[in-house]
Amino acid sequence: MIYPALADRIRKNKPVALLTVIDGPNLGATLLTSPGVENIGTLGDQELDRVSSRDALGELEAGRTSVRNYGPSGQVTPEDLQDTPVVRVFVESFSPPPQMIIFGAVDFTAALARVAKVLGYYVVVCDAREVFATHRRFPMADEVLVTWPTPVLTERGPDLGARDAICILTHDPKFDVPAIQGALATSVGYIGVMGSRKTHATRLERLAEVGITKSQDLARLMSPIGLDIGSRTPEETAISICAEIIGKRVGRSVPSLANSDGPIHK
Amino acid sequence: MREILGDIDRWRAQHKRIAVARVVDIEGSGPRDPGAAMAVNEDGEVCGSVSGGCVEGAVVAEALEILKNNSPGQLVKFGYSDDEAFAVGLTCGGVVHLFIQPLSW
Repeated sequence: MIYPALADRIRKNKPVALLTVIDGPNLGATLLTSPGVENIGTLGDQELDRVSSRDALGELEAGRTSVRNYGPSGQVTPEDLQDTPVVRVFVESFSPPPQMIIFGAVDFTAALARVAKVLGYYVVVCDAREVFATHRRFPMADEVLVTWPTPVLTERGPDLGARDAICILTHDPKFDVPAIQGALATSVGYIGVMGSRKTHATRLERLAEVGITKSQDLARLMSPIGLDIGSRTPEETAISICAEIIGKRVGRSVPSLANSDGPIHK
Repeated sequence: MREILGDIDRWRAQHKRIAVARVVDIEGSGPRDPGAAMAVNEDGEVCGSVSGGCVEGAVVAEALEILKNNSPGQLVKFGYSDDEAFAVGLTCGGVVHLFIQPLSW
């Protein structure tokens, strides 16, 4: 049975691709593939299974969902495909959800975690103060960690990529400087840092003291965090942060506070 | 698919027959990307969506037909509603290709 295995892997956030014949011989046949485990099901031909599942693992790695054409035995070259029926295979990739790591267990954190969950993020909240970093305060978060930024980013940083986000909501230098240092060492797609323009200016001085001065590093920091839409409440601010993340991910020019001047609140 | 697993599990536990419709391709503007999915059970109950609400009604009818005929699955295309080729359509001007099949796997 394919469906129970598919549902189980999706729920456990394990990468999995579902292949379905949507045109040609064996219409409706399905095959499930994941890295490092045996395939389940068949598209009706051993060689087609081998070639298409190999392609699907590549698609899965890239997070792509698409339709691919094969010959009935997995032929792929145009010459081989002449005079044979074409099997169209829908390759559907289920990648683990993107991650958002939020440093600082403050009021804004709960709102941001809620909005991030709506958008499908796996949300981690981290703060060194155990009275604040509790599951009871952040029931929507997937994990609440009582620790400092450096160990978290040393351990998880290598897994972060373009789809992931780090949001630093503490205004406390002893917390946000190591968080920024750790974040800049990753390939994470978004680094947002909360604080007024004045806070950001003094933060830049402290970052310079620890040797973070390169303009390409500083340009990665979205601070003040979020879009210039006049947000006031934690919820509105959360929306403005998530909208900025979406805009940056797809490369749109959006009115980021980090790229403007003037008051954040009017 | 992720968001409809709960409903599908419930229907499976009730031994309902289920059809799944998935967006496999879009041309031009389309409200949902490939992979968007909805499911329909034999009683006509629905979960999930494959467009902005434009074609779901027609998809339910197709899905019930597929369950009734024991069809292995079918590609269905919906396009712009003013085009006479498409009875039910999208107002956005795009074309959406769906694959609808019984959840027999």
